Amino acid sequence: MTRPEPGDTAPARTWRKPPLIANPMLRYGLLALLAAYLMWALATLPFNWERIGEGLPRAARIFGGGFPPNFSRFDLLLTGFTESLQIAILATLLGVLLSIPFAVMAARNIAPLPVYLLGRAVIIISRSFHPVIVAILFVAAVGFGPLAGILTLTLYSIGFVGKLLAEEIEEIDWGQVEAMRATGAGYLATLYYAVFPQILPRQVGLSMYQLDSNLRASAVVGIVGAGGIGSTLMNAFGRYDYDFAFAILLVIIAVILVSEGVSGWVRKQIW
Amino acid sequence: MLEISNLIKRYGEDEPVLKGLDLAVEGNSVIAIVGASGAGKSTLLRCINRLVEPTSGSIKLNGTEIVNLRHRDLRRVRRKIGMVFQGFNLIDRLTVMENVLAGRLGYVSLFQAVTRRYPAADIERAFVLMERVGIAQYANKRADELSGGERQRVGVVRALMQEPEVLLADEPTASLDPRTSEQIMVLLQSLASELSLPVLINIHNVAQARSYTDRIVGLRHGTMIFDGTPGDFDKEALDAIYGGIEAPEDDTAPPSSSGEREKEAPHDAT
Repeated sequence: MTRPEPGDTAPARTWRKPPLIANPMLRYGLLALLAAYLMWALATLPFNWERIGEGLPRAARIFGGGFPPNFSRFDLLLTGFTESLQIAILATLLGVLLSIPFAVMAARNIAPLPVYLLGRAVIIISRSFHPVIVAILFVAAVGFGPLAGILTLTLYSIGFVGKLLAEEIEEIDWGQVEAMRATGAGYLATLYYAVFPQILPRQVGLSMYQLDSNLRASAVVGIVGAGGIGSTLMNAFGRYDYDFAFAILLVIIAVILVSEGVSGWVRKQIW
Repeated sequence: MLEISNLIKRYGEDEPVLKGLDLAVEGNSVIAIVGASGAGKSTLLRCINRLVEPTSGSIKLNGTEIVNLRHRDLRRVRRKIGMVFQGFNLIDRLTVMENVLAGRLGYVSLFQAVTRRYPAADIERAFVLMERVGIAQYANKRADELSGGERQRVGVVRALMQEPEVLLADEPTASLDPRTSEQIMVLLQSLASELSLPVLINIHNVAQARSYTDRIVGLRHGTMIFDGTPGDFDKEALDAIYGGIEAPEDDTAPPSSSGEREKEAPHDAT
């Protein structure tokens, strides 16, 4: 075989990627439709250009006020963060522990149908609202403060960890379950020996991820009054302490970077 | 003594997998159950310890009817039936010792099981059995660190921990290399006589079935078509079990492809 030389007599064959939508009418029609929609949306949405014009200097003033960030009220910042951290850790512990029974209930291969439906329902309900909405409800129910935050994030953790854990249980190696049943083991002993060891690495990984995620969410739910650094941040904004607010934001970013690094490292260790 | 009579198993509305099987096993005999894939060997073993629910029929272990037991009674009879699996089915993330002790799960309380506080007699029995099959030095190793042959030994010891009255082995050597699988067959054969335990082995390897068992039972499409000593198991019997007769449910399939599939089975039998 000789290598084909460039510039040989035969004309080079060409190739182009076939278009995603084969029908040209449909292809250009869709593009036109998209353009028309964008024009319509921009024209009808109530953009108040005057207000935006006024707001720009104000935004500049806020950001200008943020510089340099003011760390002078460090103890206030620290109190807020300790509270956030407590909320996140407690909610993660509670949520992860409670997610295990719900995950078992919501795994089709080991739960009878009525139990499965109940477990699925719990998980779907705890996943259907964003934590901020849940936090608003809990603040209304139990008042301002960290308790509302803990309840919110616990529910959030049950939904998330429970769902992923249930899927993990549905994919376990069934042979180990069969082997335990064959020894005459009861239901719970089979769970402990054949199911839990198989989902353990996933469980630890999810818990670390959830701690990370709860830390972030605890700052957000604080804004609606559920305690922690979010409340501190909201107060700082309310009093036009932009430099302090900016300091808080910087610390939040730093904490989340650190927690992400740590959780990533831990997950790698146990996998 | 294990007595199976008129055992029928059908999945849904399909053709039954087992069509009225009768089988009696006594003493410390080693019995090979041979048959092509899908003949019902696995289903037969799993009906005995009710991992699969029989549709009808009777299975008696030392006089106890197994077929209609429920819950606690079922678990009690299961611990008298040891089982060894093709894929070993060890708990990979637990240690060898924990896997072996898992054979006692039918006897100990949930608290003892979870905290691993097994009775001293169980631990002693575990060491004795592990020494017997040569895996005692691995007691604290994770089960997935062992080689295939060693893993199957763990599986055998786990089954023996149950103090079984019968041992079921579902293709115990099919995932092992030829030499290791011989060793496991020797082990099962000698354990059967040492513990005077009847052993039922599903096996594809007809040569091994001939040399390590006392009796061969041949299944085809859910019916027993051979039952005799290894000496009686001749070419004719082999052909009857694995041979090219088309499966009744296969008559719509083109004969060529079906014939090829049937011919493949005896390859590992030589």
